[in-house]
Amino acid sequence: MSASLALPHRARRLRAIPGFGLAFGIALFWLSAIVLVPLLALLLRPFELGLAGLWASLAEPRVAASLRLSFGAALLAAAIAAPLGLLLAWAVVRLRFPGRAVLDAAIDLPFALPTAVAGLAMTALLAPNGWVGGPLGEWFGWRVAFTPAGIVIALVFVALPFTARTVEPVLRDLGRESEEAAATLGATRFQTLRRVVLPALAPAILTGFGLGFARAVGEYGSVIFIAGNMPMVSEIAPLLITIRLEQFDYAGAAAIGLAMLLLAFAVLLALNLAQRALRRGQG
Amino acid sequence: MNATEDPLWFRALLVALAVLTGLLLLALPLAAVFTEALRRGGEAALAAILEPDTLAAIRMTLIVAAISVPLNTVGGLAAAWCIAKHDFPGKRLLVTLVELPFSVSPVISGLVFVLIFGLQGWLGPWLQARGIQVIFALPGLVLATLFVTFPFVARTVLPLMQDQGRAEEEAAATLGAGGWQIFRRVTLPNIRWALLAGVLLCNARAMGEFGAVSVVSGHIRGQTNTMPLHVEILYNEYQFAGAFAVAALLALLGLVTLAAKAVLERWSGRVAGEAG
Repeated sequence: MSASLALPHRARRLRAIPGFGLAFGIALFWLSAIVLVPLLALLLRPFELGLAGLWASLAEPRVAASLRLSFGAALLAAAIAAPLGLLLAWAVVRLRFPGRAVLDAAIDLPFALPTAVAGLAMTALLAPNGWVGGPLGEWFGWRVAFTPAGIVIALVFVALPFTARTVEPVLRDLGRESEEAAATLGATRFQTLRRVVLPALAPAILTGFGLGFARAVGEYGSVIFIAGNMPMVSEIAPLLITIRLEQFDYAGAAAIGLAMLLLAFAVLLALNLAQRALRRGQG
Repeated sequence: MNATEDPLWFRALLVALAVLTGLLLLALPLAAVFTEALRRGGEAALAAILEPDTLAAIRMTLIVAAISVPLNTVGGLAAAWCIAKHDFPGKRLLVTLVELPFSVSPVISGLVFVLIFGLQGWLGPWLQARGIQVIFALPGLVLATLFVTFPFVARTVLPLMQDQGRAEEEAAATLGAGGWQIFRRVTLPNIRWALLAGVLLCNARAMGEFGAVSVVSGHIRGQTNTMPLHVEILYNEYQFAGAFAVAALLALLGLVTLAAKAVLERWSGRVAGEAG
């Protein structure tokens, strides 16, 4: 009996690679010290206001306006970045043209460029005397810099690599067999794209949308230069957090932070459910 | 016409649209930074960078990166090694937690440390009584940077580690190697290019981070300013030449990182996992 008990134990020990304890200890300690304990402060400190105080702190018109702006602009930017990302991914994977490798590398630029630099660049471009802002103002009378439209443009820049890079590997793996099969069965090219290719890419497009949104909603550096930061109009929620911190309203700042995290979580959860429904519909 | 091939005009249109997107959204902002930086010539840009406050900001950025990148490399490697080479309950939770900082706003990443170490933070009074300054000082900058760059090394190395499986490590264990020996002699050589790519991405973010360090820095010129924060200060003071000169320097850092990552990807087959 003791042998039969010992056997699985020995088998497991033979397969296991030693050194787990130390590595796991380091990882867990580091994760707790740098990420988990600090986030715990964000979860707990808003409640110093009491539930009623917490609600009052979030219901302030200026806070509500900033949350609406942050989430509205991020959703809109992700919705614009999704088709643009699909276009870039398609060009990089499916098309052959001079400069393709450069375009492929350039897609990662928003990852690698510090956000303050991106913000400064966007402001220089879109300002009334900028390369893009100038003509837009002269020809159409549009003002983009220092308005919510400028915020959306900056966020599209930030979200673009997420949508492109999420679709790209799926498109690469997709191959052309299913498209050839559809063509053999008499489908037109448009039917094939709409009924075969797009459904196969849809989950990846949704994931990219979610990642782009998550990055855009909390974005700070590339936005504050171009936003103009007018209360109630172009003031994003992260900026309001820094303002409350400067007034030593720690609990109020944490309240906005917590609200942002929870709202973003709700959006991502909804996307996840939509994705599951999509998969089930296809299966 | 091939049924799986789009007509030529359609392909040409897609290429044109993709290139236009790339030019407008990616190339143009970069060109704007360098043009503005060099508007008054290279010497003026260089002079702006050699200002004492700017040099202090550059030094601060280098110090913060030099402390946080090695620490997060160790932590990230340990986490990736556990996840890829071992089985334990809660593994998926650990993966999620490692990636958590990516979905937290940079401002919140700085805020959490103010909530703990700030003047009205949990430890604020205790620290103040002992004359230890964390927020508005180097430790705060390092902590915020550590939080923001936490996932980079693990995220870049993990997919490759998982692809490589455990056969080599198991063989080494059978031959009597210890955990550290296996990691150093077997795992590490297999992932060295991906690791280097991860460290470079981590470093680029550490040097370029704005929101998180902005909250904890206090913006004391010549003392707690990093390069991205200095860009903002110069810009707000209408010193555009200086702001764009420092921004161009940061943009160069980003471009070098991108190029190095592309080269490393080629060397290591494919380094999966992006900065996001």
